[in-house]
Amino acid sequence: MPIDLTKIKPGASGTVVSLQGGRGFTLRLTNLGIRPGVKITKLNAHFWRGPITVRLGRANLALGFGMASKIMVELDTKNE
Amino acid sequence: MSEARKRIIQKILLMGNPNVGKSAVFSRLTGARVVISNYPGTTVEFMQGYMKLGEQRPVVIDVPGVYSLEPTSRAEEVAIEMLDQGDVIINVVDATNLERNLYLTLQLLQRQIPVIVALNMWDDTRHKGITIDVKKLEQIFGVPVVTTCGLTGEGIKQLVERLPQAHAPKKAPCSAQKCWDEIGIIIAQVQKLTHRHHTWLERLEDLSIQPLGGLVLAAAVVFLSFSLIRFLGEGLINNFFNPFFENIWLPLLYRFSAVLGGKGLLHYVLIGESINGQIDFGVAFGLLTTGLYVPLAMVLPYIFSFYLVLGLWEDLGYLPRFAVLTDNLMHRIGLHGYAVIPMILGLGCNVPGALATRLLEGRREKFIAATLMAVAIPCMAQIAMIVGLVGARGGQYLGIVFGTLFLLLVFKGILLNKLLKGRSPEILTEIPPYRLPQVRAVCKKLSLRVVGFLKEALPYVLLGILFVNILQALKIIDALAAVFSPVLQNIWGLPKEAISALIVGFLRKDVAIGMLGPLELSTKQLVIGSTILAVYFPCIATFTVLLKELGPKDMLKSAVLMLITAVIVGGLLNLILPF
Repeated sequence: MPIDLTKIKPGASGTVVSLQGGRGFTLRLTNLGIRPGVKITKLNAHFWRGPITVRLGRANLALGFGMASKIMVELDTKNE
Repeated sequence: MSEARKRIIQKILLMGNPNVGKSAVFSRLTGARVVISNYPGTTVEFMQGYMKLGEQRPVVIDVPGVYSLEPTSRAEEVAIEMLDQGDVIINVVDATNLERNLYLTLQLLQRQIPVIVALNMWDDTRHKGITIDVKKLEQIFGVPVVTTCGLTGEGIKQLVERLPQAHAPKKAPCSAQKCWDEIGIIIAQVQKLTHRHHTWLERLEDLSIQPLGGLVLAAAVVFLSFSLIRFLGEGLINNFFNPFFENIWLPLLYRFSAVLGGKGLLHYVLIGESINGQIDFGVAFGLLTTGLYVPLAMVLPYIFSFYLVLGLWEDLGYLPRFAVLTDNLMHRIGLHGYAVIPMILGLGCNVPGALATRLLEGRREKFIAATLMAVAIPCMAQIAMIVGLVGARGGQYLGIVFGTLFLLLVFKGILLNKLLKGRSPEILTEIPPYRLPQVRAVCKKLSLRVVGFLKEALPYVLLGILFVNILQALKIIDALAAVFSPVLQNIWGLPKEAISALIVGFLRKDVAIGMLGPLELSTKQLVIGSTILAVYFPCIATFTVLLKELGPKDMLKSAVLMLITAVIVGGLLNLILPF
């Protein structure tokens, strides 16, 4: 079952399944490498629905809580 | 090939993702001195320079970074529109982040314009355990691929040599999904990753974006930075600039003053007013006295120390992390974390700060960021003068001035956030790896900024002093003082002569604050005057940039807000300050 990025624990990794947003949103995330099929690791979640930091390959990114909630991830089995 | 050789290259575009080192390559190619830092969005303006290519001298344009040719903001749109003007594109690629960078490369290869690829940051691939088969990549793309390191200059010679071989393979267009699939296949063929241990720098990277540890570290960074800036600034003033002006420059001025006969118009303009034959640099207001003392002995030391410290954090790559950590707080004032970068730049000088508001997505954010900066972020020149003048009356008064400005930033931000329609968009940024600042690069950037300050400030300071001397001589100041005395005296509690400082403040804030010196103000008046000068209006250089960035309508709104704020804040301080 895919869950959104805000609901997984820091340190857990998985595969992006889908982006639940409009064209502009999808484009901006895709440009930064967040697209269905890529491996993603959640690094941190900041307080009070603050930004989420993730690692993709060798790159680190920060994105807002709202954006993160639209990214659906299938967790790796070893996390479960 | 022969066709390529014959072609005359007039315009070369440097294109690539943000923070891949385009400006470093640009600087190497053209010899032009530009600001190079380790965060996405350092270059917000098109930079232009000329390079030597055989007998030709083509123009090279450093285009602000884009992730793809489908724009997601106005700034990206402008960058992409440049594309049709180029004769050759140097596609600068971050070799340590190949997969994501290749999307733009594929899109560029589909155009009609010749392309050459520069695999930049090549030196980083080695210790990151990344190997790339460059020959293979060249075969796949059908255009030259050169490995470079912009910071050290490695590979730049080959890049120039192979520039004429650039050509347009006119690849068939692919859909986004197809393109990414193709990139996946290419990566599998050319790139090998080997596992390696985490370095201490990477451990620090992880720590500095942790919610709790990161905030503690950020507080330490801010405290350390301000302490260092103050220590260096004061040290330079006390041990170098003051002794120079007092022991070397002053005796020369006395001799010169005697040559001029100690009075007359020329004496008044050059030396200024001497009291009982004594010259006081803070009071005289001649071109050779206060006109040099303010920018060189009071402001320059702080400009130097501020940009030294800022340069170190910029080159390390700390700024985007600071942005992530402050994101929450920035949302309260209608912005997101990345808006902290224009603000930090604004502390040096509001002009680059105002330009950097281009990093923000929409009109609303730009308006809020620009207005808040113009009102509540004093530039280093202003800060140095306030520290010099107000600080002499006691450290607690500095606390009142800067505390008031900070509260103003917060309250005005909250207010604008509530009043303006819409919501602040969310942060979305890459966090670059830490890179140890290189001594040479830091010194180069520092000298670029210090020279920039001198070129900008000296003429304006001298002009401002000349201007006010003329107005004084023509009695225009007296007339204006009479007109504005109700606000000045009744609301702010300032003497009506303070009008001259407000007038000069349109030109330069540092001289304006300096002009409060000879007025023999009480401490309360000095605190109020300095605060108002920071708030009421931007200096002309900042105003010009803001007008261009915001447009006349928003600029007018912003300016009205500033004036109202100045009246209210000055009035409140006058009412509540007990001393």
